[in-house]
Amino acid sequence: MPSTLMLAAFNRIRSKAPSNAGCPQPGAWLPRVSVRSAPQNAAGPAVAGLLLAMGLLLATTPAMAERLLVSNEKDNTITVVDAGTLAVVKTVKVGARPRGIALSKDGKSLYICTSDADHIEVLDLASLTVSRTLPSGPDPELFTLSPDGKTLYVSNENDNMVSVLDIAAGRIVTEIPVGVEPEGMGISPDGKILVNTSETTSMAHFIDTQSHEVLANVLVGSRPRVAQWTKDGSLVWVSAEVGGTVSVIDSAQRKVIQTIRFDIPGVPKESIQPVGIQLTADGTTAFVALGPANRIAVIDTHSYQVKKYLLVGQRVWNLAFSGDGKRLYTTNGVSNDLSVIDVDALKVVKSVPVGRLPWGVVVAP
Amino acid sequence: MPNRRHGLIGVYPIGVLLSGLLLAGQVAHAAPPAAKPATVAPKPDAKPDPVANIAYLALVQKRVLPQSFLDQPPEDEGVQGARLGLADNITTGRFIHQAYHLEEALEPDADAVIAAFKRLVAQGYRAFVTDVPADLLLRLADLAEAKDATLLDATSTDDALRGEQCRRNILHLLPSRAMLADALMQYLTIKNWRDILLVAGPNPEDKLYADALRKSARKFRLKIVADKPWTYDPGARRTDTGHYAIGAEVARFTQGIKYDVLVVADEGDNFGDDLGYRATDPRPVAGTQGLVPAAWARPFEQWGATQLQARFLRQAGRWMTERDYGAWMAVRALGEAATRGGSVEGAAMTAYLRKPEFELAAFKGARLSFRAWDGQLRQPVLLADARSLVSVSPQPGFLHETSELDTLGPDQPETTCHPR
Repeated sequence: MPSTLMLAAFNRIRSKAPSNAGCPQPGAWLPRVSVRSAPQNAAGPAVAGLLLAMGLLLATTPAMAERLLVSNEKDNTITVVDAGTLAVVKTVKVGARPRGIALSKDGKSLYICTSDADHIEVLDLASLTVSRTLPSGPDPELFTLSPDGKTLYVSNENDNMVSVLDIAAGRIVTEIPVGVEPEGMGISPDGKILVNTSETTSMAHFIDTQSHEVLANVLVGSRPRVAQWTKDGSLVWVSAEVGGTVSVIDSAQRKVIQTIRFDIPGVPKESIQPVGIQLTADGTTAFVALGPANRIAVIDTHSYQVKKYLLVGQRVWNLAFSGDGKRLYTTNGVSNDLSVIDVDALKVVKSVPVGRLPWGVVVAP
Repeated sequence: MPNRRHGLIGVYPIGVLLSGLLLAGQVAHAAPPAAKPATVAPKPDAKPDPVANIAYLALVQKRVLPQSFLDQPPEDEGVQGARLGLADNITTGRFIHQAYHLEEALEPDADAVIAAFKRLVAQGYRAFVTDVPADLLLRLADLAEAKDATLLDATSTDDALRGEQCRRNILHLLPSRAMLADALMQYLTIKNWRDILLVAGPNPEDKLYADALRKSARKFRLKIVADKPWTYDPGARRTDTGHYAIGAEVARFTQGIKYDVLVVADEGDNFGDDLGYRATDPRPVAGTQGLVPAAWARPFEQWGATQLQARFLRQAGRWMTERDYGAWMAVRALGEAATRGGSVEGAAMTAYLRKPEFELAAFKGARLSFRAWDGQLRQPVLLADARSLVSVSPQPGFLHETSELDTLGPDQPETTCHPR
């Protein structure tokens, strides 16, 4: 993080300081000084110290009051959390069994897969009310939004189909047959290729978004869940919940080039169930949620080695970065909370109680 | 093998049932109902996909009616699970150019089963999913024709088959009675319900189940404070005011015993359901009724099990039973072997099942594999009553150096399986 940017951010924070009174005392849960960021700030010990202090402040309080939106599968609600204070602002009732959630391109709405209601709900983020429902095909579990914001690709878990939804028209344009229990959905940065994972078939299906043809089927670990593209579109990371692995697929060759395994002393190997994946903006680090192992694996994306395991809440499922990439939020389905990770310090700094069985998390500006 | 808590067609809304049956037709044809296939269109000169041939071999047994009129045993138990496994395999296979065929041989008597087996081996079948009693399974396994075949026992829970009578060419899908008993005893241990009143029914299976419970209680240091056979014959099930007699009998039967939990061994569902609420002291019932350790249960919805329940319901028009689940796992295991091993040859598929890299995802969260020492599929065991999932064993805290799943059933050091 360049220090000029940090300064700018710091200024913003300082100007807003009084409104942050409700923030927990920094010392209580602040990470220790990050050694990694020190050289970037090396302009003399005093300055460096000052900048570090700013860095810490930054870590505690995002520049803008972002909002975290969490789907609670069991409660049929969306919890809205103020990212600045980490306090719950509102709990919004939605349709039955909300799981996958995604932000609209303009950032004004949240799309919600309400699986047992068999449709998609659109939550207006200004009024925090459900403003519209969209068709989804049966049992929608999750979806991905095309980069132009016009199309949602929905996995219908009970139907072996991917539904292609035209958002403006509010109708399903086509259905693409895929493997048994379609689950994870990831779209390439250029919007041309959709990767869908199917849980019982254990494959990542590469689908052309123009022709809706399946181009390739890549065998991955058992019960694949999340498909996450790298920013440059060269690789797709796919987690396998039962296989206990993450497969890294070369998107040009459509071949697995790396299989990452996890081994945590004292944790039964059956408990290591990779699900959510997020990559840092610079692409150097991957964070993988390991389900009932209650940990996030931090992976160096060059060596594919696990650098660290971060202990979070129970049955950690999905992940989202704050807008500035300094924080990572995780949904913990069994402990019914959200863990907040300081990305630079690689420390878990806070947990926030939300609804029951939190599933997905999205950060809204 | 109990056939408890199976699907009940009668209570299911007829509209749902009809749509289920309609959909079943589509599943049987395996091709997706929608217009175009998902795979790259085959080139005109492409060869047909190689076929994985799987045989389903069953002895059609006369199902004995359970005591409750609510659970009528389905006619097509087991084979429906195999058919669903086939449909799942076909969906997977069409992406990688593997086809599947399930040859169903449902035979009226033991000799017909043997004859069908010999015929199928002669036709080249090597992978057999079986639903036959223990003695017939051993007869099959010991045939000269079975030397290169593998029998995937989808429905037995017999401990001897995994112990002193084990065979190299048999793999077992469902948890053994020992595993079921261990799953229950682990739960009683963490609940600290340590004093057990054991009630064993008169049938041979009840005795085997009770033996497994006694062994397991010793293993987990729980105390069987009273071990009583159930001898009361309620006579005709449906008599007016019959509840007076059974209520009085159970109160007498349980009088004067200090215990935490009544554990019953009644695999045929003949009396176990009558023990709840009628005992002298208010105590829960577990075992073959009440809180039941099982591979599959109707209320089970976790780890995506909802999807399997729904797919099965749609195909069969009834709920999935343990036997269906065992057969589904067997066919899926072979599918997984073909997919991962890259070969649809019978011998290659069955060899892959025994490799350390084999793993089966079967809606239990954990990856399942076969124990090298007795051919038993290692798996978590559900603890459920008729309407809710209570827990899943192994319970937290029961540790094992290689797999916590091996805290259920005989572990390698104590196995009595030493096949010749």
